[in-house]
Amino acid sequence: MSELDPLLLSRIQFAFTISFHILFPSFTIGLAAWLVVLEALWLKTGKAIYMDVARHWTKIFAVSFGMGVVSGVVLSYEFGTNWSELSRRGGNVIGPLMSYEVLTAFFLEAGFLGIMLFGWKRVPRWVHFFATCMVALGTAISAFWILSANSWMQTPVGFRVADDGVLHVTDWWQVIFNPSFPYRFAHMVAAAYLTTAFIVAGIGAWYVLRNRSVPHGRIMLGMGLSLLVWLAPLQLVIGDLHGLNTRLHQPAKIAALEAHWETQRRAPLILFALPDPKAETNHYELAIPALGSLILTHEWDGEIRGLKSFPPEDRPNPIIPFFAFRIMVGIGLIMIAVGVIGSILWLRGRLYTSRWFLSVLVWVSPLGFLAVLAGWFVAEVGRQPWTVYGVLRTADAVSPVPGGSVLASLILFVLVYGIVFGAGLYYIAKLVQRGPDETPPVPEKGEADLSHRPMAAAGNP
Amino acid sequence: MTGTGADMTEFLPVILPLVWAAILALAVFLYVLLGGYDLGLGVLFPLAPSDKDRDAMMGSVAPFWDGNETWLVLGGGGLLAAFPLAYSVMLPALYLPIILMLIGLILRGVAFEFRFKSERYRWMWDMAFSLGSVLAALMQGAIMGAFVQGFAVTDNKFSGGAFDWLTPFSVLTAAALLSGYVLLSAGWLIMKADEALREWAYGIAYTALVAVATFIVIFSLWTPFLHPEIAARWFKPANMVMLSPVPLVTVASVVALWMQLNRRRRYTPFLLATVLFLLCYTGLAVSLFPYIIPPNITIWQAAAAPDSQLFMLYGAIPILPIILGYTAYSYYVLWDTTGHDAYH
Repeated sequence: MSELDPLLLSRIQFAFTISFHILFPSFTIGLAAWLVVLEALWLKTGKAIYMDVARHWTKIFAVSFGMGVVSGVVLSYEFGTNWSELSRRGGNVIGPLMSYEVLTAFFLEAGFLGIMLFGWKRVPRWVHFFATCMVALGTAISAFWILSANSWMQTPVGFRVADDGVLHVTDWWQVIFNPSFPYRFAHMVAAAYLTTAFIVAGIGAWYVLRNRSVPHGRIMLGMGLSLLVWLAPLQLVIGDLHGLNTRLHQPAKIAALEAHWETQRRAPLILFALPDPKAETNHYELAIPALGSLILTHEWDGEIRGLKSFPPEDRPNPIIPFFAFRIMVGIGLIMIAVGVIGSILWLRGRLYTSRWFLSVLVWVSPLGFLAVLAGWFVAEVGRQPWTVYGVLRTADAVSPVPGGSVLASLILFVLVYGIVFGAGLYYIAKLVQRGPDETPPVPEKGEADLSHRPMAAAGNP
Repeated sequence: MTGTGADMTEFLPVILPLVWAAILALAVFLYVLLGGYDLGLGVLFPLAPSDKDRDAMMGSVAPFWDGNETWLVLGGGGLLAAFPLAYSVMLPALYLPIILMLIGLILRGVAFEFRFKSERYRWMWDMAFSLGSVLAALMQGAIMGAFVQGFAVTDNKFSGGAFDWLTPFSVLTAAALLSGYVLLSAGWLIMKADEALREWAYGIAYTALVAVATFIVIFSLWTPFLHPEIAARWFKPANMVMLSPVPLVTVASVVALWMQLNRRRRYTPFLLATVLFLLCYTGLAVSLFPYIIPPNITIWQAAAAPDSQLFMLYGAIPILPIILGYTAYSYYVLWDTTGHDAYH
């Protein structure tokens, strides 16, 4: 091991930096949309409580958004620093998609974020509402382009390969709306909304339990549950459709995430196993007969290809996709259960007094983030050994950079992200603990903001 | 003009790289200008007279830093999209300075969010803000120097070492850009700060201007010797006449800036600092054009497929003016945000 492998280190670094980053968009996409709803309710009903809740969560949004921005800038450069061969050969395709993200989303967010955070007293209410809408739109458009680029790398179409190995686009429509894109986009946006709803409901439950800011807490709890109860089951359906699509285009990924080695009809659903890539088998397998085929093909005797039907050099290692998939689905089922139980309690008028349920909700509320990460590990580890599926191998996509450089940058990122993430969580926790300010929406004259930092509106009342 | 398909297929591959080079040059210039004053504030941060002034300095830029940084993202993303070959050579060649710049930008970016939330650890975020700003500014300067010097390329791939970018020339460009950013941010504070802080900023501006002028002289003498083509371009008699306005206007701008500082003008120092940046930028463009990886690869060789460049242009042409529009609106609405007592 005297030679540091730049490929392995680059993969670890990319996994680390993108995992860190995806947590924030998962949260801000949902949060921005919710803030739009809150502000609309405030404008429509004139009830100050909506405004109080919106201002409180705008502060939390600001911290998350800031961390999302700085960790996102890193990614836009890593395509060159660490994956320059992907950039050189695939730049004609993914470059424009990512540029469209910057042009349509980043600037929209950055331009209107200032007004959203600092403009409460500086612009008319409708302009502020408009700014919030634009920020929310920006987060959604951003997801659109990034997921389009990612999906194209998973299911590439609409291009040809020139003699020098460089890819050229033949049909932009096909590239943008490639086969896996609609499913991945729907799945991710729903995941972002669910993650946010879970957190919002959990924090609302916490306020109700603590008997603090109870009216505000009830709004958070109610709005969170109202989304969960229908979106969590719908997400199961979207995920199922996404799985059918994956089976069509990336059968090796399905084989890996189900840990199926042999091609078979009436394939079992493996609940638990330790996949062993060397021996090409599973240990300690616990399975339900035929259920695997039913879920994956919607037929009792549908055929599922096993990993052994792919040449060894084209197989993903099943260990991470297998466990990550089970974690993701497990959390999805927890979300459905929480949504249903919460709604039943609510309808019976016992939601606010069922302390056991509220406590459970507080504890499970961060699970959405884990589900998002697990889902991405399924998608990204499961498509190995390819960066552009079937076209460009990950081993051929890496930059001509020495392993020592990548090790140095990886250590720096781990250290800095550790500090930044720790501090960010701490400050968000402090914001939650302070609770919403219950002040009249329009302050007295002369009480203008003394400071205009994102946090200042929060930190210095 | 018959407008046949054949005309377009010959015309587009020539013109599109020029258009994209211009758009990226604009994005990078806007970043250097906007990110420049905002990084410069971080450099000046620990030197500020009081903690109250530090609050004011940070408050003056808090609503804008995020938008400023977006031009850097557009620069990076646009380079990938419009000139993938240049992107794939440059970024591995500049691996360490780019990573260090990103680390610096992260530290200073989160400091905006965290500083006002903490009391016990405020000193820590103050340090993160200024060290991050200094690191990012120095690395951007070194990147600029390394870019002008060029990179080792074999078979369309970077073939040099991890520290090729670190040379006496790039060390000097790092120091030069840092002093340029300080000049810009002094100009920014002169526009936005209250009287006491403003007076302090005038003092900083004099020092920074002397440093910037010195660096301009050094680079004007040094750069032509990096590549013979650059010397030939500037010193060919026919060109000398045509290009002479660049150095002449530069000298005039330095003198004018000094005089405006003496007269304690509020808005002209920032404006003239901008003009100075624009002139140096133009000088650099004249030296390097049409090479995007000097001295081997031109913008036409590095260009993405015409179809890809065109596809992006459909978006960029309507969107860029809108972005400039709402950026201007945001500056207008949030202009008066230095913190204490507003001025008119």
